[in-house]
Formats: sequence, structure tokens, C-alpha cells
Amino acid sequence: MSPVDGAGIDNPNLPVDPAVNEGRIPDRDPQGIPELHEVDCPPEMQERIEALMSRYPDRRSASIPALWAVQERYGWCTPEGIRQAAAVMRFTPAYLESVASFYDLLHTEPVGTHRIEVCTNISCWMRGGDGLLDAFEAAAAGEDDFYVTGFECLGACDIAPMASIDQRYYGPLEMAEAATAIAQLKAGEEVLPEKALDRRALAGDVPHPGEGADA
Amino acid sequence: MPEQRVLLEHADDPALRTIDGYKRLAGGYATMERAYRELEQDEVLSELEDSGLRGRGGAGFSMGKKASFLPRGEMAKYLCCNADESEPGAFKDRELMQRNPHQLIEGIAIAALAADAGHAFIFIRGEYAEQADILDAAVAAAYEAGYLGENILGTHRDLELVVHRGAGAYICGEETALLDALEGKRGNPRLKPPFPAVQGLYGGPTLINNVETLANVPHIVRHGAEWFKGFGTEQSPGTKVVSVSGGVRRPGNYEVELGIPTRELIYDLAGGPEHGHEIKAFYPGGSSSPVLTAAEGLDLPYSFEAMAEAGSMLGSGSIIVADDRVSIPHMALRTARFYHHESCGKCAPCREGTNWTVKMLERVVRGEATPMDLDIISSVQENIMGHCLCVLGDSMAMPVSAMVRKFRDEFEQVIEDAGLDPHVVVQAPPETMGASA
Repeated sequence: MSPVDGAGIDNPNLPVDPAVNEGRIPDRDPQGIPELHEVDCPPEMQERIEALMSRYPDRRSASIPALWAVQERYGWCTPEGIRQAAAVMRFTPAYLESVASFYDLLHTEPVGTHRIEVCTNISCWMRGGDGLLDAFEAAAAGEDDFYVTGFECLGACDIAPMASIDQRYYGPLEMAEAATAIAQLKAGEEVLPEKALDRRALAGDVPHPGEGADA
Repeated sequence: MPEQRVLLEHADDPALRTIDGYKRLAGGYATMERAYRELEQDEVLSELEDSGLRGRGGAGFSMGKKASFLPRGEMAKYLCCNADESEPGAFKDRELMQRNPHQLIEGIAIAALAADAGHAFIFIRGEYAEQADILDAAVAAAYEAGYLGENILGTHRDLELVVHRGAGAYICGEETALLDALEGKRGNPRLKPPFPAVQGLYGGPTLINNVETLANVPHIVRHGAEWFKGFGTEQSPGTKVVSVSGGVRRPGNYEVELGIPTRELIYDLAGGPEHGHEIKAFYPGGSSSPVLTAAEGLDLPYSFEAMAEAGSMLGSGSIIVADDRVSIPHMALRTARFYHHESCGKCAPCREGTNWTVKMLERVVRGEATPMDLDIISSVQENIMGHCLCVLGDSMAMPVSAMVRKFRDEFEQVIEDAGLDPHVVVQAPPETMGASA
């Protein structure tokens, strides 16, 4: 039987599970909107967020772009960064955090500087996406700089199996290319130039593979 | 060959990305200039309505009709371009934005005239960073050339266009969730009605269209509705950029007239399955469309009406082919996991239903299920459909129930191969079972 909230406070005969009350009664006031002088926001970030707010009829619309700016500045949406953005935007930090936690690309926990998202959805799965994810994880094992994760469809099923490396798409990838990509990132070189989506021709302009074999 | 390039014309030329290239190769912005200088709102609207252009994002609703639902009068109205293409299997909008961003901007400018909107947004998914950079550059160039901004081409019309990057959520492709995300909130769908055409972004009338739909607009206004109806079928006019992926030899985007035989698309254009393999089934319109078996679907015309008649849908126009190596129960699980991950959690049937379906399908592929579980899976799907604010839950329920129905033998085989006695109740961990009786 689980006790109803607070039932034991008035009625000592009822058992009370301390977990019911512990941590649920705030020990301090919820955070209000921080003042700018309290947060030490870098001036260029403040300018950027203000410019973002001016693009919309309502400043709230700049929430996601402002969180992108925080993430760009600090590598992830740090509590301090969120407070700074909140002070500029005149929202509570909790509000911005609630927005950040909804979206897959905004990180509320520390992540590596290089972000690798490997698609494991239907089309990529059919063409070896799971193996590619394993290969990236193995190649980046033990490196704090690299954040490797499986991801839902990235919208590039034509180059399956594929990965998004630092917000650029690469595919179709061989398993061995995972290690190559990690090595290139470490050396600061261009990543897998031949596999960049940007270089890909339209499907209809590519000669038929195995043309004539069963035509 | 059956490829018919209108939207993808000259798309192989990288110069098309620049404003000069777009003008030189495709006669770009001439239609917009004519529309702004010579045409009235109603003329543009009726051209779009007459063309019969159907939305290319999934629902297939008449674009002109949607635009005509916006109330008239002095008020702030908005146009949103839905570029949150996140449906597994769909990647056509990515190609259109990457190769020809100005076609989209011109389409938005003309559609804004039809909707009398002064503020437009392109909501692009956060993963498409490369395409968003391209759009940013193109929008800046269009501002500089005077096609956007204040007093466009000296016609006293204004249009602000903002490229808004999302941050990774499939649900934001749902139009009301997109509006919430654009307003800076968590992307939860809203109750409809009121529909966005009446009360959308910031409470104002809002027209929301998919990238490909808007990319069609300059061509329709330039050549006329009759020209557009010359392509495709009576109920599905025009061309369609179709994304073909999965078990084919040449995955990619192909622009075809609607109504061509599906076999031609999959075999002649996309190269068919790899040597020694056969097509088992395919999703005709992205992962949320009920799968069709090869026997059912390959000889159907690829059009909105033919797919609907076959009990599936054209959706966003994305074919995912499963060849004979693909295990359908595993494919069902992949599909369900996606929707489980992307469910926003607002409505119980979707939140709980996707969760239950994933867990039950996991039991099936682990060999811990009984044939009775397949009936329970089907009944869970029935209880999701039509019971939520938006169609995300239905998007899982439709393909999963179709797979269980059409490939029941295969599901039962998987269960049988595990060799468990179906009369013994499998002791699953408590979190799988939910509340006990």
C-alpha cells in the first residue's frame, strides 16, 4: 500500500513513507529571472541572443536559437549558460531548461567536442547501421573528446548507412571508415572528403551499378 | 525514361544555388516579379486552387484550398514552410533545399502573396545544418537583391523571411507542434480546431506548407494550372520527388509524374533489389504508411488515390524497400522504437501505446511471446488510432498492424522457432507487464 501524499501529517496512525515528502517540498524559492549583472554573460553571446530575439515578433521564439548559441559557446547547455541566456531573454532558467530537455540535439549533460550521430533507423539498419554505430563506438572508446550516439532517421537514407559528424553528413560508410574518420578528426584533417553528402550527384545522374548484368 | 524533372531541373549544376545561377539557368524570380507587379491575391489563389496541387508533406490536402481558408482583412498573418522532414525514408526536401534554395524562397514569396502574409518562416530540422547554412546564405542574397524585406520591387509589399532551426524532434513536423516550437516552447501538438489557418502562429492566421509544395508554386504561377495538370493523374496532378531507399541498388531522389507504375520507380529508376534477391514488401509513403507486399503494391500506379485504395498512403512520397533478407518482425520493432522515442508524451494512447508495442515486439523477436500476443499487439494498435491529438500514434499503429496482419506467418514462425510452450505464461520483468491484475 502506498500512502497518500501527506496523509500521515495529520493522522499519526497512518504509515508515512518519507520518500513521499522528501525532496518534494522545495527548500528554497524557485529561481526567478536572474539579473544580467548576476550572471556574467559574455558580451558577444548577449549581443547574439539579442539579435536573435529581434528576428521574431515574440522574443520567446528565440528560445531554441538562444540555446543553440549557449551550446556553441560552452559545448553543451550548461546550467550557467542557461542562466545567462535566461537573464538576457527575461525568462526563468527553468523555462529554458524545459525547452532544452525536449530536443534531442540540445544537450543538458556534458558531451564531447566532436559529435557523431549514427543513424540506426529502418533504411540504415537494412544496410548495416547497427554495425557502423558499433564501429564508431569502438574507434572512439576511451576518448572524452568524442560523443558517439545512435540516432533516429537523419533524412539521408540515400547514403545509408550514414553518420552526421559535427553536423555534416557522410555516407555510404564502410565499417573501417569509422576509425579513419576518428583519426582524421584527431589530426584536424578534413573528414572523409569523398563521402561528404555535398559531393554526391543526383541519383538519376549516377551510372547504373552492374548495368547490363540482369537488364 | 520516366524521370520528369521540374523541381529538380538543373539540380546537378552547383551554380543553381546562387541567385545569379538560379536566374540564368531557371529563369528565377521572374515569376515572382510578375506576380508582385501584375497579379492580385485572388488571381494567385485561384491559379493554385485550379492546379489541384496537393500538399507534399504527408496529408495530401489541396494547397490552394488551405491557403483560401485564411481570413481576409488587416491582421498579422504568417506563412510557415515546414522543412522539418524527419519521417524515416524521406529525404526529398533535403535535396530540394540543398540544390535549389532560391526556388523555395521564390515559392514562399508567391505563396505569401496568396496568403497575404507579411512574415514567413522556414522551420528546418536541426540535423539539416548544412542545408540551413545554404538557406541562410540564399535568404541573405534574396534580401540584398530586393526580393525580400520592405517595399519589395517597389510594390509596397513587405515580407520578412526567417530561417528557424529546430533542435531534433520528429513531432515538430506536425504542424501545430511546429508552431509551438517556433514560438519557443516544447514541441507539443495542439488541439484542432482551431486550425492554424484561423489561429496559428502567435494566434494569427497561418498557412503551413511543406518544402516541396512551396517549391511547386513558382512553376504553377509561371506556366498556369493547365500546364501543371498535364502531369500526373486527375486526382494527383503534377510531378513528385520520390525518395527511394532500403534494399535497392540505386537509392536516391527521383522526380516522376504521379501515377507512373510503382514497379518502374523501384526497378527502372532505383535499380531494383540486389542480385539474387527479391522484394518482399515496401513502405510506399514513409515509415508511417502501411506496408504493401510486393504482390499487392508493385503494379499499382504511384498516386495518392491508388495508394489510398490499396489501404496505404502516398504520404511524403518515400519508398522504403525491404528485400527477402529483412525480417518483418524486426522491421516492425525498428518502426515502433522510432515512434516510441519520438512520442511527445502528451496523449496517453500514444505515449503508452508506443511503449507497450515496443515491449511486446521485443518479446516477439526474443521468442518470449505467444501467438495470442500478436492479437494483443493488433488490439493495442486499434486503440491508438484516432484517439490522440495528432497522428504520431497512428503513424506507428498503421504500419505495425499492417505488418502483423500481412506477415502473421512470419511472426508466428519467429515465436515457434524459439521453441517455447505457448501455454506457459512467460514471466516477464515487472516493468514489461505493467500493473498486475
